[in-house]
Amino acid sequence: MYSFEYQKAGSVADAAKAATGEAKLVAGGMTLIPTLKLRLAQPSKLVDLGGLKDLVGIKAEGGGVTIGAMTTHAAVASSAEVKKAIPALAALAAGIGDPAVRNRGTIGGSVANNDPAADYPAACVALGATIVTSKRKITADDFFKGLFETALEEGEVITAISFPAPEKAAYMKFRNPASRYALVGVFVAKTKGGVRVAVTGAGEGGVFRKKSFEEALGKSFAGSALDGVKVDAKGLNSDIHASADYRAHLIKVMAKRAVDAAK
Amino acid sequence: MPTTVSMTVNGKKVSGQVEPRTLLVQFIRETLGLTGTHVGCDTSQCGACVVHVDGKSVKSCTMLAAQAEGANVLTIEGLATDGKLHPMQEAFREHHGLQCGFCTPGMVMSAIDLVKNNKNPSEHEIREWLEGNICRCTGYHNIVKAIAAGAKAMA
Ligand SMILES: Cc1cc2nc3c(=O)[nH]c(=O)nc-3n(C[C@H](O)[C@H](O)[C@H](O)COP(=O)(O)OP(=O)(O)OC[C@H]3O[C@@H](n4cnc5c(N)ncnc54)[C@H](O)[C@@H]3O)c2cc1C
Ligand code: FES
Ligand code: FES
Repeated sequence: MYSFEYQKAGSVADAAKAATGEAKLVAGGMTLIPTLKLRLAQPSKLVDLGGLKDLVGIKAEGGGVTIGAMTTHAAVASSAEVKKAIPALAALAAGIGDPAVRNRGTIGGSVANNDPAADYPAACVALGATIVTSKRKITADDFFKGLFETALEEGEVITAISFPAPEKAAYMKFRNPASRYALVGVFVAKTKGGVRVAVTGAGEGGVFRKKSFEEALGKSFAGSALDGVKVDAKGLNSDIHASADYRAHLIKVMAKRAVDAAK
Repeated sequence: MPTTVSMTVNGKKVSGQVEPRTLLVQFIRETLGLTGTHVGCDTSQCGACVVHVDGKSVKSCTMLAAQAEGANVLTIEGLATDGKLHPMQEAFREHHGLQCGFCTPGMVMSAIDLVKNNKNPSEHEIREWLEGNICRCTGYHNIVKAIAAGAKAMA
């Protein structure tokens, strides 16, 4: 690792002020520290959100849940509130990485990082979540901008993420057998405003909505409704793990499984 | 710029000078000389470095020592009491849950965290829990047996 300074943030305002220029926020560190160890980044300073208790916790609100940015994956996975309001979200959190990663990694860090194979972005987009920051509220549709890119500005700190409860939802992840990240992950949600389908792991530009699936499932919410819908491999990733064609195939298989498992 | 960190490790208050970039595992191994916690990879995947921080299993290679300021840390050296192995360590010995032993400290620390969360884990649950602990020798079979027996012994 290159050397850097370290500062514990005393408040969100403090963190927002410090995290400008070459300084970087650190939450659970499960993405940032491996990146630093490989010398893929060289921040001047790490501003640790670790002590900020008001960013930790889960509140049931209006049928949905609001999750503080520093809430760990393990806490989301085992939360009675999340299991009741959105069981698919608790199950998604339980499937991230391994137990030690889930004990440190946070929802805010995962969403801010927007790894094209991360799980939470698919949940945010499919459930129509709102990302709450130190400055404003951003809808998930506007938040995720591309590979590792988000709407976050310099010095903007995610404080919480609000998920409205769907009528039914499920997430199905086809894991990369080595890294266990999503080779393809599909989150399907039947909401009051219609069906929303978000795909992670597959797109060249990160998480995306699959509108043709949403239309077909809007007419009939059953896996078989997707039988006749074609998935184009254009715009999908091709790498040593899977070709774009294979990913296109998996998107449909995972979506059908998610629809059939939705509750 | 070096700073001082203080924490409790295996019940003892300790402190030392570290750089901001010093990892918790470096502090444990190099500053405290507790070399039971191993480093097996550069990618946060192998779990040889697992310790408990405030009662939860974490990868000490993916946490800064500074982030553990004030924390309560338990390493493999802190498990035995009065020269008597912890029941999970004893189960690994009894069931031959190791060959070279490199992964073993992390396996044992992860296993104890599993049993804290789930007193009577099934074979499937044990295998799922070991997602982040890689063993290059045993093929896992005896590790899984050892953990099942260790869970019973801890009850
Ligand atoms: C072995 C392993 C396996 C994994 N498997 C998976 C997996 O299967 N699926 C998956 O989705 N993820 C996986 N991850 C990643 C993991 O979920 C991370 O915890 C997560 O991506 C980042 O969260 P963090 O809290 O650790 O963030 P950090 O690493 O601390 O930060 C990540 C980035 O987000 C920024 N940031 C952090 N918090 C905030 C905030 N509140 N506001 C603004 N910016 C912020 C930081 O500046 C940094 O750029 C894995 C990680 C490891 C090490
Ligand atoms: S050394 Fe920590 S996970 Fe490999
Ligand atoms: S016993 Fe050798 S790595 Fe597990």
